[in-house]
Amino acid sequence: MFGTAVIVLREVLEAALIIGILTATTRDVIGRTKWIGAGILVGLLGSFLLALITSDIAKLAGGFGQEIFSISALTLAVVMLAWHNIWMAQHGKALANQAKKTGQDIAEGRLACSALFTLIAIAVLREGSETVLFLYGLVNSHDANTHNMLIGGLIGLTSGVLFGYILFFGLLKIPVQWFFKITSTFITFLAAAMASEIAKLLTQADLVTVYTTPLWESIQLIDMSSVVGIFLHVLIGYEPQPSALQLIFYIGTILVIGLGMKLTKPLIIKK
Amino acid sequence: MFRLMAFLLTLISLSVFADQPSEISQLLVIENHQFEPNELIVPANKKIKLNIENRDSTPEEFESHELNREKLVPGKSSVTIYIGPLKAGRYPFYGEFNEKTARGVVVAQ
Repeated sequence: MFGTAVIVLREVLEAALIIGILTATTRDVIGRTKWIGAGILVGLLGSFLLALITSDIAKLAGGFGQEIFSISALTLAVVMLAWHNIWMAQHGKALANQAKKTGQDIAEGRLACSALFTLIAIAVLREGSETVLFLYGLVNSHDANTHNMLIGGLIGLTSGVLFGYILFFGLLKIPVQWFFKITSTFITFLAAAMASEIAKLLTQADLVTVYTTPLWESIQLIDMSSVVGIFLHVLIGYEPQPSALQLIFYIGTILVIGLGMKLTKPLIIKK
Repeated sequence: MFRLMAFLLTLISLSVFADQPSEISQLLVIENHQFEPNELIVPANKKIKLNIENRDSTPEEFESHELNREKLVPGKSSVTIYIGPLKAGRYPFYGEFNEKTARGVVVAQ
């Protein structure tokens, strides 16, 4: 039961933390709740669909369909996170400062909402389909412990969602003057972590064959299966044995987003 | 600046296409939630094409932090994954969905 709980928690945690951060960041965007809910729902439905066709996807692209699919989803997510951060750099202050927004603001808020929707759907979809497959395997294993294991799965799911909530409420407690800085830092690292994952998948599928040697080994220091390891992996992209390519992608993403935010001037709203 | 970028790009593309080492393939079978062989001996410092065949009807996830790899293997299917080049040593891997029984190690020598 405990083992099952940990596996499901590991899968759910990533999506839950992403949703927690995004929900907190967009607290001042009108109508975001609807979009977040829709993102989760579409992500869940997509998870079942994706789980059904996993073998077909696996066969695509010379056996690397899974990697191609993940690379595409992650690339979209990285671009949207980057764009979200740059957009918030421009609008964040204005959104926090005034309750009433101009018509243009609402239109752009809607744009941000569609990005929010897509990001959450992707996060749920990626981890959700694996969870569905895992639970499907459990149900079909005809093991005497199936019942206990399913309860374990439920415990894992609940704790994952709980962690997401804790992060969300924790972020909301941040004083207004620090709020934007801290949440955008979180998002930048999330994007960098995803970019590093893209690099790993490119190597795994043999699409890129350079810079594959591990740079360091810290598996003795922080194990990836430990709770600390999982948190660090999700939040800042910690890897015990990253390749040079992963580090290039990671640092590149941080630089691009940081530069994008610097170059964007905050929007001044005329009263 | 532009010249430097062009130079770097050329360098990278040369290293990508030049001297592709001959591929080494290895087969790993999953049956009854166990890996066969559970000790996979591969040459060190060579890229390995690992074919994983899942003979069970349930899905499995091949995972190894030491190899820095993770991939779903649907039931009754085969997938491919590239690992290495590896320094000589032992690289444990496991099936995330059946962690108790599905265990193995890649030995690079």
